[in-house]
Amino acid sequence: MKIDPIHQFNIEPLFTLGHIGNHTIAFTNSSLYMFIAVLLIALLMLASGRDLVPGRLQSVAEISYEFVATTIRSTAGSEGMKFFPLIFSIFMFLCVSNLVGVIPYTFTISSHLIVTAALALLVFFTVLFYGLYKNGLKFFKIFVPSGVPIYILPLVMFIEVLSFFLRPVSHSVRLFANMLAGHIALKVFAGFVAMLGFSLGALGWVGGVLPLALTIALYALELLVAFLQAYVFAILTCIYLNDAIHPGH
Amino acid sequence: MAESHGEAKGQNAGAHTEAEGGHHGGAFPPFDSSNYASQLVSLAIAFVALYLIVSRIALPRVGGTIDARQNKIEGDLAEAQKLKDESDAALKAYETELANARANAQAIGNETREKLNAASEAERKALEEKLAAKLADAEKQIATTRTNAMSNVRGIAADAAGAIVQQLAGVTPDANAVNSAVDASLKG
Repeated sequence: MKIDPIHQFNIEPLFTLGHIGNHTIAFTNSSLYMFIAVLLIALLMLASGRDLVPGRLQSVAEISYEFVATTIRSTAGSEGMKFFPLIFSIFMFLCVSNLVGVIPYTFTISSHLIVTAALALLVFFTVLFYGLYKNGLKFFKIFVPSGVPIYILPLVMFIEVLSFFLRPVSHSVRLFANMLAGHIALKVFAGFVAMLGFSLGALGWVGGVLPLALTIALYALELLVAFLQAYVFAILTCIYLNDAIHPGH
Repeated sequence: MAESHGEAKGQNAGAHTEAEGGHHGGAFPPFDSSNYASQLVSLAIAFVALYLIVSRIALPRVGGTIDARQNKIEGDLAEAQKLKDESDAALKAYETELANARANAQAIGNETREKLNAASEAERKALEEKLAAKLADAEKQIATTRTNAMSNVRGIAADAAGAIVQQLAGVTPDANAVNSAVDASLKG
């Protein structure tokens, strides 16, 4: 019995949608899980009641609403609420798809760099264009920290500009690497249980208790990471948008 | 760093998938550029759909529910405060009324007491005056009677003295001398 921790990241085309240039556009398992995430969010937000005293589903919908709204207000101020739909969409999309992805035999959308990079670039360009549109040339103040002595200012500015343009890289790789590494580790440890059992017989099954315990602990950790990375991605989005709203800090 | 790490793994994994008869050209799936276009297209469609659902329907709906609840709570609190204020005002009015009534009752009581006191005082005075007048009358009568009696006593004493002198001396004394002697003895 062979363990293949990478198999879970395979993209399987389910049917072909069409062609753009020489690229085949297929509806893949990844697409399926994207739409599952959208559907689950829509169900949560639209099928929940509108009662004065909320039930469970309605509570979850309202808690996620308040959670994202509070996050935005505390990091980007009340002007950041302009981007509430965007940040809410990003957070819920990642959170729900990550949580779905922790279920065995499912696919995790954000374990593909292209997806996280696309979202990070969406945030990056939103910050860039909104910052320039709202503040004009004053937007470039974010590269000039106040209170820095003039003789090291060029160096600081160089670092600031570099870090600004590296933001989408760190933003996307953090989420992607966390999801990828977590899922590989889970699969490897879970694989040990089966490997021990099938190769060593009864003794192997007994010995498999240890990796099984590790798998359970890792699974709990992965549940946390699934939520946490979605939250980190959303809060970084808020912080970057705060630069666009209030440059010159 | 994470990327290079991933790539290294990817090559290993590629070997695995190929060995298993993989139908994916052998690359580590997250870095297999042949499926980028498909993923980007479905991500764009899914995310735009999600954004529209969230911004047009979901957030206004949930936000509306939360606002409605907030308004309801604030309205109820304001209503409760209003009722409390009203009851406080009523209590205050009641207490003022009670204090007024008490003051009134006291005033009426004092007035009545004074009136009754004055009346009884007047009655007492009238009675006393009447009694004093009666007393004076009685004293005057007593004095008159006493004077009369005293004058009678003088007459009797004079007669008696005249008679005694006649019996003892056998002469009828001069009436004036007897009278002056009686007077002197009465005085003395």
